[in-house]
Amino acid sequence: MADRHSRSADVNTGGPGVTSSHARPVGATASTGVLDGRSGGDAPVPPDFRHNGGALGGGGSLPRRKGFGAENAFRGLTLAAGTMVLVIIVAITVFLIARAVPALQANEANFLTTKEWYATQTPPQFGIAALVWGTVVTAVIALLVAVPIALGIALCLSHYAHKRIATILGFLIDLLAAVPSVVYGLWGVMVFINPVKDFSVWLNKYFSWLPFFSGEAPYGRSLLLGGLVLAIMVLPIVTSLSREVFMQTPTANEEAALALGATKWEMIRTAVIPYGRPGVIASVMLGLGRALGETIALAMTLGFLNVISLDVISNGGNSIAANIANGFGEANEIGRGALIASGLVLFTITLIVNMIARAIIYRRREFTESAA
Amino acid sequence: MSTTTLPAPGQSPTLHTKRLPAVAFLGIAVVALGVSAAICYGAGIGGWVLTLVLGLILYMVGVYFAVRAVEGARSARNRTWSALIHSAFVLAVLPLASVTWTLISKGMERFDGDFFNASMNNIGARDPNGGAYHAIIGTLEQVGIAAAITIPLGVLGAIYIVEYGRGRFTFLIRFFVDVMTGIPSIVAGLFVLAFWVLIVSPWFNDGAPAFSGFAAALALSVLMLPTIVRSTEEMLRLVPAPLREGSYALGVPKWKTILKIVIPTALPGIVTGIMLSIARAAGETAPVLLVAGGSAAINFNPFTGQQGSLSLFVFQQAGDASRFAPARAWTGALTLVALVLILTIAAKLLARRNRIPR
Repeated sequence: MADRHSRSADVNTGGPGVTSSHARPVGATASTGVLDGRSGGDAPVPPDFRHNGGALGGGGSLPRRKGFGAENAFRGLTLAAGTMVLVIIVAITVFLIARAVPALQANEANFLTTKEWYATQTPPQFGIAALVWGTVVTAVIALLVAVPIALGIALCLSHYAHKRIATILGFLIDLLAAVPSVVYGLWGVMVFINPVKDFSVWLNKYFSWLPFFSGEAPYGRSLLLGGLVLAIMVLPIVTSLSREVFMQTPTANEEAALALGATKWEMIRTAVIPYGRPGVIASVMLGLGRALGETIALAMTLGFLNVISLDVISNGGNSIAANIANGFGEANEIGRGALIASGLVLFTITLIVNMIARAIIYRRREFTESAA
Repeated sequence: MSTTTLPAPGQSPTLHTKRLPAVAFLGIAVVALGVSAAICYGAGIGGWVLTLVLGLILYMVGVYFAVRAVEGARSARNRTWSALIHSAFVLAVLPLASVTWTLISKGMERFDGDFFNASMNNIGARDPNGGAYHAIIGTLEQVGIAAAITIPLGVLGAIYIVEYGRGRFTFLIRFFVDVMTGIPSIVAGLFVLAFWVLIVSPWFNDGAPAFSGFAAALALSVLMLPTIVRSTEEMLRLVPAPLREGSYALGVPKWKTILKIVIPTALPGIVTGIMLSIARAAGETAPVLLVAGGSAAINFNPFTGQQGSLSLFVFQQAGDASRFAPARAWTGALTLVALVLILTIAAKLLARRNRIPR
């Protein structure tokens, strides 16, 4: 009873002087009645309880003021901690805007359509057009490569592989997610760059009629390399989430499909994939969020040329996050503000992507709960 | 109840349809590889990689038509998809194997006592020695401070969500915790830069912005908080309700029930989540780069002076022009991965051993 009431009680009761309000204040004498402002609105207390002081059990057996003081203090503490998350999100927005505005006012070029980033010059001229382009292109390459493979692995782990092997391999995929991005960046720029270089030469030789592969040498530190490294980093996220969704498919649905004579693939197509579609979409969105925000791996693999072109194999390309990491060292006051402004754009984009993903997952959760 | 008549003894039931023998698949694979090698090398359009890729495609096409002829179209589609799904798996294992192999083979080069006992102070481009002592100190201190800030905050926040929170406000908190897990690390770094380094720290530093390990710890806590809240929340939800009810029935107040019954029951899971988030934070580079500044010398004090970190060390050495830098970068990366993976694996094993029975 005590806890049920405390939920609706005033949420700010963390201070030491606040008396708890209880549905039936124990020993509610005149003095506690005065202190407790809410007791007037509570149900009338039977006189027996006042005078017996707990002998009857119920509310009377609960600890008195001291215990409830601790209860409210603890509750206030947890509330404060829970609110911190909202405070941080709001603070991020406020402080980024506060720092970005002076730089944006000093900017002599259009922030949204300019390709160049000369934030430390006087007068400063910078814009995020090329950065956004690079960010989006690398993320799109990453998803195009990673999503089909990730879904294949997820299906393999959930429906094809032997259970014990699937557990071990799922564990390995989770470990892939734990490897820091700087390690992928290092591997990308020192090892993976060589096959990508050869691949770019090959693509250019046979597919240069496509605008994507028409770029001139030198190849290597390109949007393609950045995108492929990102793909490896996004893969475990998409895999583990969609694997979970696929495994949640009701056995009854699967067995019904098999009983109707479906082959394994037909069972997956008719029972598993429709059931898992919202979850898969959400996992892809989460992967997109990660790909858009990835910093260090791109800072190490991209070639830093602020251009907008369809070509993905020539050296060049830059992304918002990579530009912040690499441009921060030589930035002055305005330069920092400019980088923070670009960070604000990134924050907004990822926030929207993540909110959409979470909204899908939340809707899906209701769906699975009602289906179960 | 089965109504089919049983086959006579010694005779197998003839219910199954015709199937392609396993040898046929091997044959198709060999032929596909041969044809693809002939195309690639004969026409001179590619090397062994293209041969393999083209061979795989040819194999799938071959399997599709062979199975289609013998077993029917539906079975053919089934087998081709099955082959595709399995090959996706092999494709993903390749980069994992490559990363592991290069990490170990290149990382062992400088994996010596010098690496763990020296800093990069006064190490020029021509010096082959130098180490990551300063970076390891930085990582441990920053992650330690971040954990000290975040663990109480995250666990208490999760307690609020699970035990006290009801209604729209709690839903809002939960939603934004989830959204916050997706915040790019560079944005967390920029936030601490804008808030702590540029606005708060000048008060303590005669008006000049102060880069410090503590600022990095703040940025890492922004990244750790949602992960810890989320995992703790999930673990608290797994604690069976009868445990709480039993405690209430004995007259124990709610806060004591939470501290003495709920938390101890969920503790292994909570610790797992905390370790995973610490592992993630230890690998973050971008926030440290922005707010700790990086330093080549040993700095034990996280509150004053610039500090490095292991991941930042890898980043800096990878960009260094010295010909000895790559070896240092790889050894740094190996150390970092070892640190992170030990934490992760320990956390997962702990989770597996102490699962709450439902």
